Amino acid sequence: MIALEDRELVAAVCASRAGLRVDPDKAYLIESRLAPVARREGFGALSDFIECVRQRAEERLIWAMVEAMVPPETRFFRDPAVFEALARDVLPELARRAEGPVRVWSAACGAGQEVYSLAMLLAETPGLADRVELFASDISERSLEKAQAGVYSQFEVQRGLPAHRLVRHFEREGEFFVLSPRIRQMVRWRRINLLDDLSRLGRFDLILCRNVLSGFTGEAREQVLEGLTRTLAPGGRLVLGLGDAAEAWLDPVASEAGVFALGTAAA
Amino acid sequence: MKTCLVVDDSRVIRKVARRILEDLGFDVAEAGDGVEAMAWCHAAMPDAILLDWRMPVMDGLEFVRRLRAEPGGDRPRVIFCSVETDLARIREALEAGADEYVMKPFDGEILAGKLGFVGLIGPSVGSLAA
Repeated sequence: MIALEDRELVAAVCASRAGLRVDPDKAYLIESRLAPVARREGFGALSDFIECVRQRAEERLIWAMVEAMVPPETRFFRDPAVFEALARDVLPELARRAEGPVRVWSAACGAGQEVYSLAMLLAETPGLADRVELFASDISERSLEKAQAGVYSQFEVQRGLPAHRLVRHFEREGEFFVLSPRIRQMVRWRRINLLDDLSRLGRFDLILCRNVLSGFTGEAREQVLEGLTRTLAPGGRLVLGLGDAAEAWLDPVASEAGVFALGTAAA
Repeated sequence: MKTCLVVDDSRVIRKVARRILEDLGFDVAEAGDGVEAMAWCHAAMPDAILLDWRMPVMDGLEFVRRLRAEPGGDRPRVIFCSVETDLARIREALEAGADEYVMKPFDGEILAGKLGFVGLIGPSVGSLAA
Protein backbone atom coordinates (compact mmCIF):
# COMPACT_ATOMS: atom_id res chain seq x y z
CA MET A 1 0.00 0.00 0.00
CA ILE A 2 1.26 3.50 -0.74
CA ALA A 3 2.05 5.75 2.20
CA LEU A 4 -0.46 8.19 3.63
CA GLU A 5 1.77 11.14 2.72
CA ASP A 6 1.73 9.99 -0.90
CA ARG A 7 -2.06 9.74 -0.87
CA GLU A 8 -2.24 13.18 0.70
CA LEU A 9 -0.09 14.55 -2.10
CA VAL A 10 -2.46 13.03 -4.68
CA ALA A 11 -5.43 14.61 -2.90
CA ALA A 12 -3.72 18.01 -2.66
CA VAL A 13 -2.70 18.07 -6.34
CA CYS A 14 -6.18 16.99 -7.50
CA ALA A 15 -7.80 19.68 -5.35
CA SER A 16 -5.51 22.49 -6.50
CA ARG A 17 -5.49 21.62 -10.20
CA ALA A 18 -9.04 20.51 -10.83
CA GLY A 19 -10.96 21.11 -7.61
CA LEU A 20 -11.38 17.36 -7.30
CA ARG A 21 -12.24 15.96 -3.91
CA VAL A 22 -10.09 12.88 -3.28
CA ASP A 23 -10.22 11.18 0.11
CA PRO A 24 -6.63 10.25 1.10
CA ASP A 25 -8.01 7.42 3.25
CA LYS A 26 -9.33 5.64 0.17
CA ALA A 27 -6.07 3.84 -0.50
CA TYR A 28 -7.58 1.15 -2.70
CA LEU A 29 -9.34 3.66 -4.96
CA ILE A 30 -6.21 5.76 -5.38
CA GLU A 31 -4.02 2.74 -6.08
CA SER A 32 -6.40 1.12 -8.54
CA ARG A 33 -6.75 4.36 -10.52
CA LEU A 34 -3.08 5.34 -10.48
CA ALA A 35 -1.26 2.00 -10.79
CA PRO A 36 -2.09 1.70 -14.53
CA VAL A 37 -0.91 5.29 -15.09
CA ALA A 38 2.39 4.60 -13.31
CA ARG A 39 2.89 1.49 -15.46
CA ARG A 40 2.04 3.36 -18.63
CA GLU A 41 4.55 6.06 -17.75
CA GLY A 42 7.25 3.46 -17.18
CA PHE A 43 7.53 3.48 -13.39
CA GLY A 44 8.23 0.20 -11.58
CA ALA A 45 6.16 1.18 -8.55
CA LEU A 46 3.34 3.60 -7.91
CA SER A 47 5.30 5.23 -5.10
CA ASP A 48 8.09 6.06 -7.61
CA PHE A 49 5.56 7.76 -9.86
CA ILE A 50 4.19 9.86 -7.01
CA GLU A 51 7.68 10.71 -5.84
CA CYS A 52 8.48 11.93 -9.34
CA VAL A 53 5.36 14.11 -9.35
CA ARG A 54 6.46 15.52 -5.98
CA GLN A 55 10.08 16.19 -6.98
CA ARG A 56 9.86 17.31 -10.59
CA ALA A 57 6.35 18.73 -10.72
CA GLU A 58 6.21 17.90 -14.41
CA GLU A 59 2.92 19.14 -15.90
CA ARG A 60 2.34 16.12 -18.10
CA LEU A 61 2.71 13.67 -15.21
CA ILE A 62 0.62 15.82 -12.89
CA TRP A 63 -2.24 15.86 -15.39
CA ALA A 64 -1.93 12.15 -16.09
CA MET A 65 -2.47 11.69 -12.36
CA VAL A 66 -5.36 14.15 -12.04
CA GLU A 67 -7.14 12.75 -15.10
CA ALA A 68 -6.96 9.23 -13.70
CA MET A 69 -8.65 10.38 -10.48
CA VAL A 70 -11.69 11.84 -12.27
CA PRO A 71 -14.67 9.58 -11.50
CA PRO A 72 -15.74 7.82 -14.72
CA GLU A 73 -19.28 8.02 -16.13
CA THR A 74 -20.36 4.67 -17.41
CA ARG A 75 -24.00 4.74 -18.43
CA PHE A 76 -26.03 5.84 -21.42
CA PHE A 77 -29.35 7.54 -20.59
CA ARG A 78 -28.52 7.81 -16.90
CA ASP A 79 -31.86 8.69 -15.23
CA PRO A 80 -34.04 8.16 -18.35
CA ALA A 81 -36.75 10.55 -17.08
CA VAL A 82 -34.26 13.42 -17.40
CA PHE A 83 -33.69 12.72 -21.09
CA GLU A 84 -37.41 12.34 -21.66
CA ALA A 85 -38.04 15.74 -20.08
CA LEU A 86 -35.26 17.34 -22.14
CA ALA A 87 -36.52 15.96 -25.47
CA ARG A 88 -40.22 16.46 -24.71
CA ASP A 89 -40.29 19.84 -22.96
CA VAL A 90 -37.02 21.63 -22.37
CA LEU A 91 -35.36 21.50 -25.82
CA PRO A 92 -38.52 22.18 -27.86
CA GLU A 93 -39.23 25.19 -25.64
CA LEU A 94 -35.70 26.52 -25.99
CA ALA A 95 -35.90 25.96 -29.75
CA ARG A 96 -39.16 27.94 -29.94
CA ARG A 97 -37.62 30.86 -28.09
CA ALA A 98 -34.18 30.90 -29.68
CA GLU A 99 -33.56 32.84 -32.87
CA GLY A 100 -30.46 30.88 -33.82
CA PRO A 101 -29.50 27.34 -32.93
CA VAL A 102 -29.97 26.09 -29.38
CA ARG A 103 -26.50 25.67 -27.89
CA VAL A 104 -26.14 22.72 -25.53
CA TRP A 105 -23.06 21.96 -23.44
CA SER A 106 -22.36 18.68 -21.69
CA ALA A 107 -19.83 19.85 -19.08
CA ALA A 108 -17.61 17.04 -17.76
CA CYS A 109 -18.78 14.62 -20.43
CA GLY A 110 -16.49 11.75 -19.47
CA ALA A 111 -16.49 9.09 -22.18
CA GLY A 112 -19.41 10.79 -23.91
CA GLN A 113 -22.38 8.69 -22.86
CA GLU A 114 -24.46 11.67 -21.76
CA VAL A 115 -23.99 13.84 -24.83
CA TYR A 116 -24.37 10.88 -27.19
CA SER A 117 -27.61 9.90 -25.43
CA LEU A 118 -28.84 13.40 -26.20
CA ALA A 119 -27.57 13.15 -29.80
CA MET A 120 -29.46 9.87 -30.31
CA LEU A 121 -32.64 11.42 -28.91
CA LEU A 122 -32.29 14.43 -31.21
CA ALA A 123 -31.72 12.19 -34.21
CA GLU A 124 -34.92 10.35 -33.32
CA THR A 125 -36.98 13.53 -32.92
CA PRO A 126 -38.03 15.02 -36.27
CA GLY A 127 -37.22 18.69 -36.66
CA LEU A 128 -35.16 19.06 -33.50
CA ALA A 129 -31.71 17.86 -34.59
CA ASP A 130 -31.04 20.77 -37.01
CA ARG A 131 -32.02 23.30 -34.36
CA VAL A 132 -29.53 22.11 -31.73
CA GLU A 133 -25.73 22.34 -31.48
CA LEU A 134 -24.06 19.94 -29.10
CA PHE A 135 -20.81 20.76 -27.34
CA ALA A 136 -19.04 18.49 -24.87
CA SER A 137 -16.03 19.01 -22.67
CA ASP A 138 -14.00 17.14 -20.15
CA ILE A 139 -10.85 17.75 -18.14
CA SER A 140 -9.38 14.44 -19.26
CA GLU A 141 -7.76 14.21 -22.70
CA ARG A 142 -8.01 10.44 -22.55
CA SER A 143 -11.74 10.55 -21.87
CA LEU A 144 -12.20 13.01 -24.73
CA GLU A 145 -10.28 10.78 -27.12
CA LYS A 146 -12.45 7.84 -26.18
CA ALA A 147 -15.60 9.92 -26.40
CA GLN A 148 -14.69 11.32 -29.80
CA ALA A 149 -13.96 7.86 -31.17
CA GLY A 150 -17.37 6.71 -29.92
CA VAL A 151 -16.04 3.21 -29.30
CA TYR A 152 -17.64 1.24 -26.47
CA SER A 153 -17.32 -2.26 -25.09
CA GLN A 154 -20.14 -4.78 -25.00
CA PHE A 155 -20.44 -4.07 -21.29
CA GLU A 156 -20.71 -0.31 -21.80
CA VAL A 157 -23.38 -0.45 -24.52
CA GLN A 158 -25.56 -2.57 -22.28
CA ARG A 159 -25.64 0.03 -19.53
CA GLY A 160 -28.66 2.19 -20.03
CA LEU A 161 -28.97 1.61 -23.77
CA PRO A 162 -32.12 -0.10 -25.07
CA ALA A 163 -31.52 -2.72 -27.78
CA HIS A 164 -33.50 -0.79 -30.41
CA ARG A 165 -31.09 2.14 -30.03
CA LEU A 166 -28.08 -0.16 -30.14
CA VAL A 167 -29.09 -1.61 -33.52
CA ARG A 168 -30.15 1.79 -34.82
CA HIS A 169 -27.16 3.94 -33.90
CA PHE A 170 -24.18 1.60 -33.55
CA GLU A 171 -21.97 -0.45 -35.82
CA ARG A 172 -19.92 -3.46 -34.88
CA GLU A 173 -16.12 -3.27 -35.12
CA GLY A 174 -14.43 -6.42 -33.90
CA GLU A 175 -15.49 -6.91 -30.32
CA PHE A 176 -16.46 -3.24 -29.94
CA PHE A 177 -19.50 -1.15 -30.79
CA VAL A 178 -18.99 2.18 -32.57
CA LEU A 179 -21.51 4.99 -32.76
CA SER A 180 -22.53 5.78 -36.30
CA PRO A 181 -20.74 8.75 -37.94
CA ARG A 182 -24.09 10.55 -38.12
CA ILE A 183 -24.33 10.65 -34.31
CA ARG A 184 -20.64 11.33 -33.74
CA GLN A 185 -20.67 14.30 -36.14
CA MET A 186 -23.37 16.00 -34.08
CA VAL A 187 -20.97 16.74 -31.21
CA ARG A 188 -18.04 19.17 -30.94
CA TRP A 189 -15.43 18.45 -28.30
CA ARG A 190 -13.02 20.50 -26.24
CA ARG A 191 -10.78 19.99 -23.21
CA ILE A 192 -12.02 22.31 -20.47
CA ASN A 193 -11.08 22.62 -16.82
CA LEU A 194 -14.27 23.92 -15.20
CA LEU A 195 -12.14 25.91 -12.74
CA ASP A 196 -10.76 28.03 -15.62
CA ASP A 197 -12.34 31.20 -16.98
CA LEU A 198 -15.34 29.96 -18.96
CA SER A 199 -16.39 33.32 -20.39
CA ARG A 200 -14.52 32.79 -23.70
CA LEU A 201 -16.85 29.88 -24.49
CA GLY A 202 -19.83 32.07 -25.30
CA ARG A 203 -23.32 31.50 -23.94
CA PHE A 204 -25.27 28.27 -23.79
CA ASP A 205 -29.01 27.72 -23.72
CA LEU A 206 -28.71 24.40 -21.95
CA ILE A 207 -25.86 23.20 -19.74
CA LEU A 208 -25.71 19.68 -18.36
CA CYS A 209 -23.49 19.19 -15.34
CA ARG A 210 -24.93 16.05 -13.81
CA ASN A 211 -23.49 14.02 -10.96
CA VAL A 212 -20.25 15.95 -11.16
CA LEU A 213 -20.53 18.60 -8.45
CA SER A 214 -20.28 16.17 -5.56
CA GLY A 215 -16.82 15.21 -6.80
CA PHE A 216 -15.51 18.75 -6.23
CA THR A 217 -14.14 20.28 -3.05
CA GLY A 218 -16.58 22.74 -1.46
CA GLU A 219 -14.75 25.79 -2.78
CA ALA A 220 -14.36 24.39 -6.29
CA ARG A 221 -18.01 23.38 -6.38
CA GLU A 222 -19.08 26.95 -5.76
CA GLN A 223 -16.63 28.31 -8.32
CA VAL A 224 -17.80 25.81 -10.97
CA LEU A 225 -21.48 26.53 -10.38
CA GLU A 226 -20.86 30.25 -10.63
CA GLY A 227 -18.78 29.85 -13.77
CA LEU A 228 -21.44 27.69 -15.41
CA THR A 229 -24.31 30.00 -14.59
CA ARG A 230 -22.36 32.95 -16.01
CA THR A 231 -22.16 31.10 -19.36
CA LEU A 232 -25.90 30.45 -19.31
CA ALA A 233 -27.77 32.47 -21.95
CA PRO A 234 -30.74 34.55 -20.74
CA GLY A 235 -33.63 32.15 -20.18
CA GLY A 236 -31.20 29.22 -20.32
CA ARG A 237 -31.45 26.03 -18.31
CA LEU A 238 -28.94 24.25 -16.11
CA VAL A 239 -29.35 20.51 -15.55
CA LEU A 240 -27.86 19.02 -12.40
CA GLY A 241 -27.78 15.38 -11.32
CA LEU A 242 -30.84 14.19 -9.42
CA GLY A 243 -28.70 13.69 -6.33
CA ASP A 244 -26.88 17.04 -6.63
CA ALA A 245 -27.80 19.71 -4.12
CA ALA A 246 -28.76 22.95 -5.85
CA GLU A 247 -28.15 26.48 -4.63
CA ALA A 248 -30.90 28.78 -3.42
CA TRP A 249 -30.36 31.15 -6.35
CA LEU A 250 -31.36 28.45 -8.82
CA ASP A 251 -35.09 28.13 -9.57
CA PRO A 252 -36.32 24.60 -10.18
CA VAL A 253 -38.07 24.36 -13.56
CA ALA A 254 -38.56 20.61 -13.63
CA SER A 255 -37.11 19.37 -10.37
CA GLU A 256 -37.89 15.70 -11.15
CA ALA A 257 -35.41 16.08 -14.02
CA GLY A 258 -32.91 18.30 -12.22
CA VAL A 259 -33.64 21.26 -14.53
CA PHE A 260 -33.03 24.75 -13.15
CA ALA A 261 -33.18 28.35 -14.33
CA LEU A 262 -31.32 31.33 -12.96
CA GLY A 263 -33.36 32.82 -10.14
CA THR A 264 -34.66 36.34 -10.65
CA ALA A 265 -32.49 37.57 -7.80
CA ALA A 266 -29.34 36.29 -9.49
CA ALA A 267 -30.36 37.32 -13.01
CA MET B 1 -45.88 -10.79 -7.66
CA LYS B 2 -44.61 -10.57 -11.25
CA THR B 3 -43.54 -13.81 -12.89
CA CYS B 4 -40.54 -14.48 -15.10
CA LEU B 5 -39.83 -17.62 -17.10
CA VAL B 6 -36.11 -18.27 -17.61
CA VAL B 7 -35.50 -20.30 -20.77
CA ASP B 8 -31.94 -21.55 -21.17
CA ASP B 9 -30.37 -24.96 -21.71
CA SER B 10 -27.61 -24.10 -19.23
CA ARG B 11 -28.52 -24.85 -15.64
CA VAL B 12 -25.78 -22.48 -14.47
CA ILE B 13 -27.23 -19.55 -16.43
CA ARG B 14 -30.73 -20.35 -15.15
CA LYS B 15 -29.42 -20.33 -11.60
CA VAL B 16 -27.61 -17.00 -12.01
CA ALA B 17 -30.64 -15.42 -13.69
CA ARG B 18 -32.99 -16.80 -11.03
CA ARG B 19 -30.95 -15.25 -8.24
CA ILE B 20 -30.92 -11.82 -9.91
CA LEU B 21 -34.62 -11.95 -10.79
CA GLU B 22 -35.67 -13.09 -7.32
CA ASP B 23 -33.67 -10.21 -5.83
CA LEU B 24 -35.67 -7.90 -8.12
CA GLY B 25 -38.91 -9.34 -6.73
CA PHE B 26 -39.88 -11.81 -9.47
CA ASP B 27 -41.43 -15.22 -9.06
CA VAL B 28 -39.21 -17.39 -11.30
CA ALA B 29 -39.94 -20.54 -13.33
CA GLU B 30 -37.39 -22.36 -15.50
CA ALA B 31 -37.44 -24.16 -18.85
CA GLY B 32 -34.59 -25.90 -20.70
CA ASP B 33 -35.76 -25.28 -24.27
CA GLY B 34 -38.48 -23.66 -26.38
CA VAL B 35 -40.91 -26.58 -26.23
CA GLU B 36 -40.77 -26.72 -22.46
CA ALA B 37 -41.16 -22.94 -22.35
CA MET B 38 -44.24 -23.11 -24.60
CA ALA B 39 -45.81 -25.65 -22.24
CA TRP B 40 -45.32 -23.19 -19.36
CA CYS B 41 -46.88 -20.40 -21.38
CA HIS B 42 -49.90 -22.52 -22.25
CA ALA B 43 -50.45 -23.17 -18.55
CA ALA B 44 -49.99 -19.52 -17.53
CA MET B 45 -48.50 -16.61 -19.48
CA PRO B 46 -45.63 -15.09 -17.46
CA ASP B 47 -45.05 -11.32 -17.27
CA ALA B 48 -41.50 -11.68 -18.56
CA ILE B 49 -39.50 -14.29 -20.45
CA LEU B 50 -35.71 -14.32 -20.38
CA LEU B 51 -34.86 -16.25 -23.52
CA ASP B 52 -31.66 -17.92 -24.72
CA TRP B 53 -31.12 -18.14 -28.49
CA ARG B 54 -29.36 -21.42 -29.13
CA MET B 55 -31.15 -24.32 -27.47
CA PRO B 56 -31.94 -27.90 -28.47
CA VAL B 57 -35.42 -28.92 -29.67
CA MET B 58 -36.74 -25.36 -30.27
CA ASP B 59 -34.45 -22.32 -30.33
CA GLY B 60 -35.28 -18.87 -28.98
CA LEU B 61 -36.09 -17.28 -32.31
CA GLU B 62 -38.60 -19.95 -33.25
CA PHE B 63 -40.06 -19.80 -29.75
CA VAL B 64 -40.70 -16.06 -29.81
CA ARG B 65 -42.29 -16.24 -33.29
CA ARG B 66 -44.65 -18.99 -32.14
CA LEU B 67 -45.37 -17.28 -28.83
CA ARG B 68 -46.41 -14.03 -30.54
CA ALA B 69 -48.87 -16.03 -32.69
CA GLU B 70 -50.52 -17.63 -29.62
CA PRO B 71 -53.65 -16.18 -27.99
CA GLY B 72 -52.36 -13.87 -25.24
CA GLY B 73 -48.82 -14.40 -26.55
CA ASP B 74 -48.35 -10.67 -27.10
CA ARG B 75 -48.52 -10.04 -23.36
CA PRO B 76 -45.18 -11.31 -21.98
CA ARG B 77 -42.21 -8.98 -22.34
CA VAL B 78 -39.53 -11.10 -24.02
CA ILE B 79 -35.89 -10.37 -23.30
CA PHE B 80 -33.43 -12.31 -25.41
CA CYS B 81 -30.28 -13.31 -23.56
CA SER B 82 -27.60 -14.71 -25.79
CA VAL B 83 -23.88 -14.87 -26.64
CA GLU B 84 -24.87 -13.68 -30.11
CA THR B 85 -23.59 -10.08 -30.46
CA ASP B 86 -23.94 -9.52 -34.19
CA LEU B 87 -26.15 -6.45 -34.71
CA ALA B 88 -27.95 -8.00 -37.69
CA ARG B 89 -28.91 -10.98 -35.54
CA ILE B 90 -30.02 -8.72 -32.68
CA ARG B 91 -32.19 -6.83 -35.17
CA GLU B 92 -33.62 -10.16 -36.32
CA ALA B 93 -34.54 -11.07 -32.74
CA LEU B 94 -36.28 -7.72 -32.21
CA GLU B 95 -38.15 -8.07 -35.49
CA ALA B 96 -39.25 -11.59 -34.52
CA GLY B 97 -41.02 -10.09 -31.51
CA ALA B 98 -38.43 -9.70 -28.74
CA ASP B 99 -38.75 -6.52 -26.64
CA GLU B 100 -35.19 -6.34 -25.41
CA TYR B 101 -31.84 -8.00 -25.87
CA VAL B 102 -29.10 -8.86 -23.38
CA MET B 103 -25.66 -9.95 -24.58
CA LYS B 104 -24.01 -12.54 -22.38
CA PRO B 105 -22.21 -12.18 -20.06
CA PHE B 106 -24.55 -9.94 -18.08
CA ASP B 107 -24.90 -8.76 -14.50
CA GLY B 108 -27.71 -7.63 -12.24
CA GLU B 109 -27.45 -4.00 -13.26
CA ILE B 110 -27.73 -4.79 -16.97
CA LEU B 111 -30.69 -7.13 -16.48
CA ALA B 112 -32.45 -4.68 -14.16
CA GLY B 113 -31.93 -1.93 -16.72
CA LYS B 114 -33.49 -4.02 -19.47
CA LEU B 115 -36.46 -4.94 -17.25
CA GLY B 116 -36.85 -1.21 -16.64
CA PHE B 117 -36.96 -0.50 -20.40
CA VAL B 118 -39.81 -2.95 -20.89
CA GLY B 119 -41.69 -1.41 -17.97
CA LEU B 120 -41.54 -4.34 -15.57
CA ILE B 121 -39.60 -2.57 -12.84
CA GLY B 122 -39.26 1.10 -11.96
CA PRO B 123 -36.08 2.92 -12.96
CA SER B 124 -35.17 3.40 -9.31
CA VAL B 125 -35.11 -0.36 -8.74
CA GLY B 126 -32.79 -0.67 -11.71
CA SER B 127 -30.29 1.77 -10.28
CA LEU B 128 -30.42 0.15 -6.85
CA ALA B 129 -29.25 -3.10 -8.39
CA ALA B 130 -25.97 -1.44 -9.44
